[in-house]
Amino acid sequence: MKRLRSAPLALAAALGAIVVILFAAGAPPLEAMRVIFEGAFGTTDRLGATLMAWTPLVLAAAGLLITFQAGLWNIGVEGQIAMGAIGAAWMARSVEGPSLVVVPLTLIGGAVFGAAWALIPAWLRTRFRVHEIFSGVALSFVAAAIAVYLIIGPWSRTGVASTSGTDIFDPRAWLPTIGSWRASPVGIGAAVAAVAAVLVLLRGSRFGLRIRAVGRNAESAHLLGIPTQRYLVAAFAMCGALAGIAGTVQATGFHHKLVPSISGGYGFLGVLVVLLAGFRALWIAPIALFFAAIQVGSTQLSLRLGIDSSLAGVIQGALVLVVLIVGGFQVYSAARGPVVTGEGEA
Amino acid sequence: MEVLAGVVAASAPLIYAVVGETITEKAGVVNLSLDGSIMLSAMVGFAAAATSGSVIVGFVAAIAVSMTIAGVVAFSGIALRLNQIAVGFVLFLLAKQLALFFGDPYIGRTGPQVAAWDLPLLSDIPVVGEVFFSHNLSVYGSFVAVIATGFFLARTRRGLEVRAVGERPEAAHARGIPVNRVRYAATLVGGAFVGMAGAAVSLDQIAGWRENLTVNLGWIALAFVIFGGWNPWRVALACLLYRGLLFVAGEFQVEFPEFVQVLTQLPFLLMILALTVLNTERFRVVARRFPRLRPFLAGEAPTALGTTFHPE
Repeated sequence: MKRLRSAPLALAAALGAIVVILFAAGAPPLEAMRVIFEGAFGTTDRLGATLMAWTPLVLAAAGLLITFQAGLWNIGVEGQIAMGAIGAAWMARSVEGPSLVVVPLTLIGGAVFGAAWALIPAWLRTRFRVHEIFSGVALSFVAAAIAVYLIIGPWSRTGVASTSGTDIFDPRAWLPTIGSWRASPVGIGAAVAAVAAVLVLLRGSRFGLRIRAVGRNAESAHLLGIPTQRYLVAAFAMCGALAGIAGTVQATGFHHKLVPSISGGYGFLGVLVVLLAGFRALWIAPIALFFAAIQVGSTQLSLRLGIDSSLAGVIQGALVLVVLIVGGFQVYSAARGPVVTGEGEA
Repeated sequence: MEVLAGVVAASAPLIYAVVGETITEKAGVVNLSLDGSIMLSAMVGFAAAATSGSVIVGFVAAIAVSMTIAGVVAFSGIALRLNQIAVGFVLFLLAKQLALFFGDPYIGRTGPQVAAWDLPLLSDIPVVGEVFFSHNLSVYGSFVAVIATGFFLARTRRGLEVRAVGERPEAAHARGIPVNRVRYAATLVGGAFVGMAGAAVSLDQIAGWRENLTVNLGWIALAFVIFGGWNPWRVALACLLYRGLLFVAGEFQVEFPEFVQVLTQLPFLLMILALTVLNTERFRVVARRFPRLRPFLAGEAPTALGTTFHPE
């Protein structure tokens, strides 16, 4: 996925795709786009909701950028988010104390659980050559099942065991917010820090250079004396940790409890964001904002235009597909040269 | 006997999907969109059948949908040289979302179903007749898919070409085989089978449409292609064994309801275990020591899987 030669063409294609989809769905395109935009940014509350969706998405995408640069398809990120949420929920339920103590502990718990879950596909890949796509998908389902088990079993609500979630956490374990805003400055700060850290790591460090070397050509990297397996494991662990923090944000910042589908699909959506960003760290935040806006704004579609809000997923998927294909056409017709692999610049 | 017959019938969708992906991957192309493809073709197949009242229309529509998706994978992977995994993954998500969005009005509706049809004469054979020949066309089709694909890949000239293209595209090119055209064909044919898988779920096995109808069938199928060592026969056997195991697990669940959480995860734990065992050194040693067992144990991926080829 080389960087697009001309951004305007890609933008036009993306916009065209959205219009076609809205039209096919029976919505007046301009009106629908206005509804989505207002639904995402119209009031400060909605802006808060959009940023609330943006936070885990950016965290997951930042983590995925590391594994992508290492040449890994860490599809298991969904499970790593879920495990992170479980780790955070465990901390929130078992530690009592002021926010200043509990909140950092939930973040650490989430990061540790996410990283630990990511080490399983890393181990299977480096030790048994099991492709991370399959182990990742399978482990995601297992992680989701563990969450359900905890919710209806050991962590069930007092009196009733239902799949609607655990008891609400003690408010001191919630990610702190300002006023009535749902988005937490701690979460947003974590997301911004994650992007900055990944950018520095991949662009400006020896470690990042080596990860990229492993991703581009593992054999050459090995011949140059880079312990490739260790770098793969490290990439998995770092992505898992960031995904785990995303899970923490979902659990302690959004739901304030553990719910069955805690990952919210932000892992898979994160893959789309990274693909659309062309594997460049700087693009992650704005593209994630755009995706979060579609996600949140679409909920207004069903209220105002009677269109199912699952249209958001269709728009996001179609957008990435169109941009990938347009990009492929551009590379193809411009050079007929370089073979497009999975990796671009950081 | 009824149990075995049930296992054979329940295996049909998985067998279609796995056989289809085997053909595609044998030619060196990965269609990672499988799970989404099956879901969308199941939904479209049901919608078309429910609207038209004809099961055949449903199957045709399902096949058309998944062939279109396979066509996008092939075009962007072969002509545009994009990463097949990236495009496949995006298509997986897109197809899934399309199925959710457009399938909404069809949830809970009833529609036509593939009619039962005992094969004359064959169904009278004791035991075998009851297990294999007392189903319907959708199930018989899965037998045909396995037998035809096994024969095609192993015994025909075209099948040899498909394998050559997946193993050594340069050599195949040198021998005058149109590498990329064979890959297009294999991907589209594989896609057609995937469509059959979707229709076999929504028009036969479960009959209807709801959001979790095809429960991760595509991901299981993708793993089974590896587990089956890219061999249609072994792949089919693995599907039957798997469905049998699920049945046993289901019985077990009735006895011990507290294990329900573990049992629903069984396919995925098995998936990881199977892929892991397959790659252990000891397993390879066994396969090497007993050549007669090798077709059942070893299985290497087509060498050129997921790569692009450009003849210039």
